[in-house]
Amino acid sequence: MAEKLVVIGNGMAGIRTVEELLKIDPLVFDITVFGAEPYGNYNRIMLSPVLTGEKEFEEIVTHNDQWYVDNAVSLYKGKEIIEIDRVNRKVIASDGTQAEYDRLLIATGSNPFVIPVPGNDLEGVVTFRDMHDVNTMMDVAKTQKHAVVIGGGLLGLEAANGLMQQGMSVTVVHLMETLMERQLDEAAANMLRTSLEERGLNFLMAAQTEAIIGKDRVEKVRFKDGTEIYADLVVMAVGIRPNMELAKKAGIHCERGIVVSDTLQTFDPRVYAVGECVQHRGMTYGLVAPLFEMAKVCANHLAKHGIGRYEGSVTSTKLKVTGIDLFSAGDFVGDETTDELVFQDKASGVYRKLVVKDNKIQGAVMYGDTIDGTWYFDLLRDETDISDMRKNILFGQAHLGDSGHGEENRIAAMSDSAEICGCNGVCKGDIVKAINDKKLYTLEDVRAHTKASSSCGSCTGLVEAILATTVGGDYSTAPHLKPMCGCTEMTHDEVRAAITNKELKTVRDVMTGLEWKTPDGCAKCRTSLNYYVVCAWPKEGLDDYQSRFINERVHANIQKDGTYSVIPRMWGGGTSPKELRAIADVAEEYGVETVHVTGGQRIGLYGLKKEDLPTIWKKFSDAGMVSGHAYGKALRTVKTCVGKEWCRFGTQDSTHLGVELEKMTWGSWTPHKFKMAASGCPRNCAEATIKDFGVVCVDSGYELHVGGNGGVKVRATDFLCNVKTEDEVLEYAAAFMQLYRQEAHYLERTAPWLERVGLTYVKEQIVENEEYRKELAELFRESQKYMQDDPWAERANGTDKHEFEPIATITIGKTTATA
Amino acid sequence: MSAVKQEANWIEVGQVEDVPRLGARVIKTDDGNIGLFRTAEDEIFALRDECPHKKGPLSQGIVHGKKVTCPLHNWNIQLDSGEAVAPDEGCTASFPIKIEGTTIYIAI
Ligand SMILES: Cc1cc2nc3c(=O)[nH]c(=O)nc-3n(C[C@H](O)[C@H](O)[C@H](O)COP(=O)(O)OP(=O)(O)OC[C@H]3O[C@@H](n4cnc5c(N)ncnc54)[C@H](O)[C@@H]3O)c2cc1C
Ligand code: SF4
Ligand code: SF4
Ligand code: FES
Repeated sequence: MAEKLVVIGNGMAGIRTVEELLKIDPLVFDITVFGAEPYGNYNRIMLSPVLTGEKEFEEIVTHNDQWYVDNAVSLYKGKEIIEIDRVNRKVIASDGTQAEYDRLLIATGSNPFVIPVPGNDLEGVVTFRDMHDVNTMMDVAKTQKHAVVIGGGLLGLEAANGLMQQGMSVTVVHLMETLMERQLDEAAANMLRTSLEERGLNFLMAAQTEAIIGKDRVEKVRFKDGTEIYADLVVMAVGIRPNMELAKKAGIHCERGIVVSDTLQTFDPRVYAVGECVQHRGMTYGLVAPLFEMAKVCANHLAKHGIGRYEGSVTSTKLKVTGIDLFSAGDFVGDETTDELVFQDKASGVYRKLVVKDNKIQGAVMYGDTIDGTWYFDLLRDETDISDMRKNILFGQAHLGDSGHGEENRIAAMSDSAEICGCNGVCKGDIVKAINDKKLYTLEDVRAHTKASSSCGSCTGLVEAILATTVGGDYSTAPHLKPMCGCTEMTHDEVRAAITNKELKTVRDVMTGLEWKTPDGCAKCRTSLNYYVVCAWPKEGLDDYQSRFINERVHANIQKDGTYSVIPRMWGGGTSPKELRAIADVAEEYGVETVHVTGGQRIGLYGLKKEDLPTIWKKFSDAGMVSGHAYGKALRTVKTCVGKEWCRFGTQDSTHLGVELEKMTWGSWTPHKFKMAASGCPRNCAEATIKDFGVVCVDSGYELHVGGNGGVKVRATDFLCNVKTEDEVLEYAAAFMQLYRQEAHYLERTAPWLERVGLTYVKEQIVENEEYRKELAELFRESQKYMQDDPWAERANGTDKHEFEPIATITIGKTTATA
Repeated sequence: MSAVKQEANWIEVGQVEDVPRLGARVIKTDDGNIGLFRTAEDEIFALRDECPHKKGPLSQGIVHGKKVTCPLHNWNIQLDSGEAVAPDEGCTASFPIKIEGTTIYIAI
């Protein structure tokens, strides 16, 4: 019989944990949920748009009664648990209902704090926490005029805005001099206040409430200085307290919240707790993103997949008032050890401040234009060294070469028909609709349902921004440590480290050794794992054929109609009559429809049938040509200009250098495609400054550039250093490629990798540390010994023959087929 | 139309070891290709070699569990039923397979 899990609290954290658990294994537990509220679970953070009238309650219900039935979860709604009996392992509800448990999950959220002043229990005094509160406010708004909101924080302002939309005249009373002092600095707070005032809100700052006055219901609010204002409704939004009374009564250790470990267990290991009611490593949280991270770890532990640990969260905040964009994260105040970077344009209402310490972002405040909020937040959480972008960082990511989308980045201003994901043709409207209709929470959900950002990923930022503007709130941001895929909780880096440390030399070993959740992984992790194994163990690691994407299995590019393209290598873009003749012969013999000169200075043949590939390769092989790896996550091309040999401007022999580079690097597998170029002078005809590794020849030697790419997001390279000789160029190229091969995640190109780790880091490894550079270059050359076999020649000689021939050919005959 | 005729319809297509584990082979027919898949547990499945999305050749995909991931846009297709894995929706035809000894037969 399955063990019994009882959940107290039918709210966001509790149900998220149940969902995660069902995803891992729906059968480990018989699940029973008690909820004090009379509904299924709803998205609490969307109460704000319900109050403004932008949404109906039905639209924010995330789990209706049917969901509990479908997932065999017993739900007791409207039943409050009043006692936990840990000796007999059962819980008791106020109406006497009891349930026994093997494991208990407490997810009781928090209680709004009510300030202890006379009259705080009068009718018309409410808090802003649940649907009941919202209903009360909306009822009062129908007949009454004056509302007072006590508390100028996030919640208070959202309540005030909502009540104003409901037609009330609203005054926000705040104890401090500035609004949202826990999220905003003075400058941003003042801009916020001005624009809220323009919309019609009134503010009373530095005002201390002394009493709420009224006979049967509230009539006035009085302050310490004696002033009074009229009020038909008073909303208390001054903060929340973890709801831990129940746990405390049961003898579970509590401080400011229910104290939990990194596995979300309370001091009684049978009892778990998640959400706002907990205190973890001294912190309590009041936002959803951390609880979603907790839910994941907790579910894993409950299902005895005990690898995950919750290590705390850094949170960021956005205000959900339509038309007002603000963002805040981390320590935005700073101290004497920190620097402030500030950008302010009062006229257009834009303000950005970053607090930086040792070239790492500690905190951010943004007002007016928050599109880069997620980016800063990522830099903050990744502790990226920003010294290389410090000068431009305040202008946003778009100014760092991410210019592909330019002004389009202004999500709110975009029309519904604007195309967001160019790869899969998904428009803004599609994404917004999917988010609303299917109640999507995370980037992963949006990817699964719309396919947006699931291919090249360059629109990820835009999709996240749409998610943020559509659902509001902070919980759209993906968790900091992203597991590789659904088959494991481990991140790319953790998996790679384990492959090296535990000497895992096959994909199967990795999946077994690291307790993969699925029998054979998935298309995403298998390809990554195979790369990591091959990279870590070039000699003895086993290249798993079935874990390679089809292009790398058949060494040709699959085209949209299922035919293949073939592109032979042309060293440094050079060719000869003999090679051209071989190409022409193949094109004629196999009736090639399209012969095309590619962007990488070679010739491609398109529309070939898979079964013809081996014989075609044989012909190329005989003419001395090898695979161009135009299909692989591998070295693609080295583009060159004719350089000193012919061009009057040439300073060095760029063609020769290009050929040498290509001879050294061809056949190597990389996390993503890798392109190089060598230009003979700074006129840069070979476009070396948009390549992964580019060389620009100058009179005194060679300039080396790294981390550029064309493609969806054009990014110009960063300058690495100058060197004097061709040999040095080769050494630096080998070292750079090896560092990239070892450290970038699979499918991460050099540009995002470089932005993630910082140019300074790469310089430290390669330019400043000669010894390490030589070591990397040597590692690269060593692994190349096992890589430079021409895959085409091998296959022309019969390797993987089965891949290219049908197993059987049968005639159905239309009569049998329709019989 | 008789049931007897249906049962007589098994066609031999090859040996289990001809299909790579966690891989696939193609059966050519005059009515389009059929993909023949082999799982880690040596089960064999046959699906029309056309993804329900945009007709991608499923036989070229990556096989994992009882699913194959289409090489064109990464839909996951259930090998036993031909159904796309949610949230994607669609279905491709699947064909009965029987194995006698190590020989694979398909019914079309
Ligand atoms: C108006 C509003 C706007 C918000 N906006 C944002 C935002 O933009 N971004 C953001 O990140 N966060 C926001 N939050 C905070 C967010 O909603 C909470 O962090 C989140 O809901 C906490 O989840 P939880 O499961 O811990 O608690 P809850 O969602 O409160 O769930 C706890 C549930 O347990 C029930 N319960 C309590 N005690 C018992 C008992 N003894 N027996 C049975 N049931 C019990 C309660 O009735 C409740 O339903 C907002 C909150 C509010 C109120
Ligand atoms: S890059 Fe300089 S050397 Fe090369 S072709 Fe252009 S002008 Fe000539
Ligand atoms: S070749 Fe490149 S640019 Fe052209 S359609 Fe294909 S992916 Fe897009
Ligand atoms: S054709 Fe298969 S996923 Fe698009």
